[in-house]
Amino acid sequence: MPKKYHIETKDSPPRFPAVGKFATVEFREDCAGSCRQCVKKKCVYNVFKDSYQHVITMDEPEFLYICQSCFRCVQECTKGIFSRVINPEYTLMGDEYWQPEIINQTWFQAHTGRIPVSGAGYRGLFSGAGFDAMWTDMSEIVRPTRDGIHGREYIGTSIELSRKPMRLTFDEKGNLPESLPEIVEIPLPVLLQPPAFGVLSEKELLAMAGAAQKLHTMMLIDAGSYSSAFAGFDGTMVPRLEANNYKKYIDIICRSKMVELADSPGIEREFAVLRGFKPGLLIGVGLPLDSTVAFRAFELTGAGADVLHFYADDNGREIGSSNRTLRDMIREIHRKLVEARMRPTVNLLFSGGIAMAEHMAKAIICGADGVVVDIPMLIALECRLCGRCKRGESCPIVIGEIDVNWGSQRIVNLIGAWHNQLLEVMGACGIREVRRLRGEVGRALFLEDLERESFAPIFGQRKVSCE
Amino acid sequence: MNTIKTKNTLPEAVITPSRFRNPIGKYIVKRNSRCTGCGLCAELCPYGVHIKPEGYSKPLPPRLERCIGTACEGSDFCCVNRCPNQALSVSLNPTLETMGDYRWTPEMIIGHWHMAETGEIPDVELEYSLGSSGGGFDKMRFRIPNPADYLDISDEDIDTSLNLNRRGDGRPNKVLSLPCYGGGMSFGSTALSVIVGRARAAKRLNTMTCTGEGGYPPEFLPYAEHVITQVATGLFGVREETIQHAPVVEFKYAQGAKPGLGGHLLGDKVTPEVAAMRETVVGSSLFSPFPFHSVYSVEDHKKHLDWIKEINPRALISVKVSTPSDVDMVAVGSYYAGAHIIHFDGSYGGTGAAPDIAKKNIAMPIEYAIPRIQRFLKDEGIRDQVCLIASGGMRNAMDVAKAIALGADGVVIGTADLVALDCIRCGKCESGRGCARGIASTDTELGHMITEEYAEQRIVNMYLAWRKQWCQLLRQYGLGSMKELVGRSDLLVNMDYLDEAERAAYPEAPMNKLVI
Repeated sequence: MPKKYHIETKDSPPRFPAVGKFATVEFREDCAGSCRQCVKKKCVYNVFKDSYQHVITMDEPEFLYICQSCFRCVQECTKGIFSRVINPEYTLMGDEYWQPEIINQTWFQAHTGRIPVSGAGYRGLFSGAGFDAMWTDMSEIVRPTRDGIHGREYIGTSIELSRKPMRLTFDEKGNLPESLPEIVEIPLPVLLQPPAFGVLSEKELLAMAGAAQKLHTMMLIDAGSYSSAFAGFDGTMVPRLEANNYKKYIDIICRSKMVELADSPGIEREFAVLRGFKPGLLIGVGLPLDSTVAFRAFELTGAGADVLHFYADDNGREIGSSNRTLRDMIREIHRKLVEARMRPTVNLLFSGGIAMAEHMAKAIICGADGVVVDIPMLIALECRLCGRCKRGESCPIVIGEIDVNWGSQRIVNLIGAWHNQLLEVMGACGIREVRRLRGEVGRALFLEDLERESFAPIFGQRKVSCE
Repeated sequence: MNTIKTKNTLPEAVITPSRFRNPIGKYIVKRNSRCTGCGLCAELCPYGVHIKPEGYSKPLPPRLERCIGTACEGSDFCCVNRCPNQALSVSLNPTLETMGDYRWTPEMIIGHWHMAETGEIPDVELEYSLGSSGGGFDKMRFRIPNPADYLDISDEDIDTSLNLNRRGDGRPNKVLSLPCYGGGMSFGSTALSVIVGRARAAKRLNTMTCTGEGGYPPEFLPYAEHVITQVATGLFGVREETIQHAPVVEFKYAQGAKPGLGGHLLGDKVTPEVAAMRETVVGSSLFSPFPFHSVYSVEDHKKHLDWIKEINPRALISVKVSTPSDVDMVAVGSYYAGAHIIHFDGSYGGTGAAPDIAKKNIAMPIEYAIPRIQRFLKDEGIRDQVCLIASGGMRNAMDVAKAIALGADGVVIGTADLVALDCIRCGKCESGRGCARGIASTDTELGHMITEEYAEQRIVNMYLAWRKQWCQLLRQYGLGSMKELVGRSDLLVNMDYLDEAERAAYPEAPMNKLVI
């Protein structure tokens, strides 16, 4: 039986008390004093015992990270002195896209390595922009694995990064030529890259590289950020280079399996030079996800790139004025290459705004081969997206000083939980291979289609745009 | 005509206050130390906010949930203005911002608590029919009625019944008095007193409840005619006799909250009693497989149905499936396999535990599925022979009516029953000792916070209040029966499909930004 891909997760508690969602307000002057019914002692989750300990050590204000808002203290206090509020600090985390809930759930996954599971039905908005305007399909009967959570290890999540020949050619004796290009695979459709902002110390970068190595995937990093500390990560690191500087990094290029060149006019001409330094080198091209990108993708695929990596902005939007969502952009690029009959040769990666496991699954359904994760890694290291570092202020969790092993494990936990969630989605779809999920829009339901097919016959013409 | 007169068959509403001593209301009423205990407020307030029992020097703490807020300003019973010592103040309750979510807004939760307490439509101005989800039912409204259509008949004369057997295959026709019945909740996921309370309520309301996938506790036997036995993929507690007890047997292929995934009971909730009922090991998580190992095709599916029909010759068969993209084909397949009831559970439905990624992303919201199935079954010429049931995110009486107008015959309700029992939708049903409010827990302490009588009466009250809302609605359109509403999608409008001027005629759904 082939070896199965397994991500080893391990409980890795946060170093600082996480920012909790709730806080209690007590009108202590109304407290009965020595009440034997005190709801603080009866709390099902022991919230008050733990937060009392925080007060002793003067760690943090009494914000309730583990409070689940069951309201029993509010509703059972004999004097009714409790009230509940949202912790104002919680609502200040992140922004419209990186919402506090996403940050909170990312912390949970980085801490435990587990999938977020909860009771009661879905609690959020009906739909939204981009990936929130699509649902993944389920299959009532056809299953890849027929045993619930068991046997899911038979669902394959590997993707290739190497270019694929469109067809095999045989010599006159009917044999394959001996020098078929090597197939480079990673076992899950995720690569890592440090985000474009934040306090990025060497310790953090090492934690990220260590996580990439443990996950058997790769990490993109600017060639200028290399130091001797990264010596052990040659097969894992993918140096990001530019046309005008790559010749400075020839030794790094020769140690690497893959490089990524920033797109610029005529960059195709450098492919042969690079492959001259190291035969078999995989060449990726990094492109900003703008309005001309689909045509450029077509050109670069024709020129022989192995991987195209598209950078959306941090909120998963097109760069430039029309501001389309990643969902629509991926579909456009994928379709363009399908129509040009080139899609199978090249591998497409997308980054920017990949915030949750569902974004990975949905990006693949829209036509990506894989995604590149950045900001969630920072959140896994307890970042609160408070933005203080962008303003030159100190980091409230001293993120630059983390322990490297702890940091790696937190990132491994997060990606482990994402991997498991991808299996949930694929299991429900009835798809056994993530490569089969790519561009499989028939296994997805798009808001616009559902509105048109189900509602238009009843309600007529839609007057408000779907976004 | 198959009209069932419900005259005199409605159970009685009995005031059943919350189990918790400090109620949560939309408003806060504060009484400060200037109060002299004159008791004028208690005499004045017609809603019973202020109570001063005989012999007490001061009134009891105000019943906040009954306060109608500033709406009574200007009346001669306004406590704030009439208090001789200015000891009273009323304000919006800020705690509401920490409750609920986009689908079940705080006002919807409080409104349902009120219905469950009194059996009446709330006096307090609460938006309990529309959530803040910004789509689906929250975008739909019933068209402004033509006053000439008004049908002046009493609630008792309006027919809200539901026929479960429309096949005419010689099996009994089970008729429920309400257009909805209770969704599966297993012993294990939910406290025994809650599920038995639901069965007792089902008997009084002449509707049904469902065992879920947790076996058939003997406590159900007195209400057996109102309990559906669920056959799910784990086959927990499925035995010949539990099939034979049931007037309806439900095959659960999938559940809307976790479509394509099996059932999921975390180890903490597998107490000795639960393990005994399910014949499993204490403390060990129970994952049901997905799907049935014996069903690979519609033919296999028919074989399953035939098997049940053979064991229980009077049973009606319900097939519960989720909403994939080929939802219409699944409906037709189930019909040809011999199902009486085809039950579609949409993706925003409730659960005791499910991965968040599944709840949000997998399968089709029920609002889109119903019109598709309705159209397809009609084109196939079999719509009149099946009972089409929808569920998954139906929260209130108007959601039920909207689903029926879109084409469902009836609806299955789960979460609202629990909200009637003081559920606050914190979503922590699954971990540790289970629900802190004693609903979804079999813990030795938490699992015994509710009595069967309490559960029964609160649920009965809520459905009585729902029925009043349905009757109000049907009368406005000149309809004497819920069956006449089925498929009347012409009575619905969708806000996104109206011009701005047309939209102004309909109430806006609350669009608060919530922290969830």
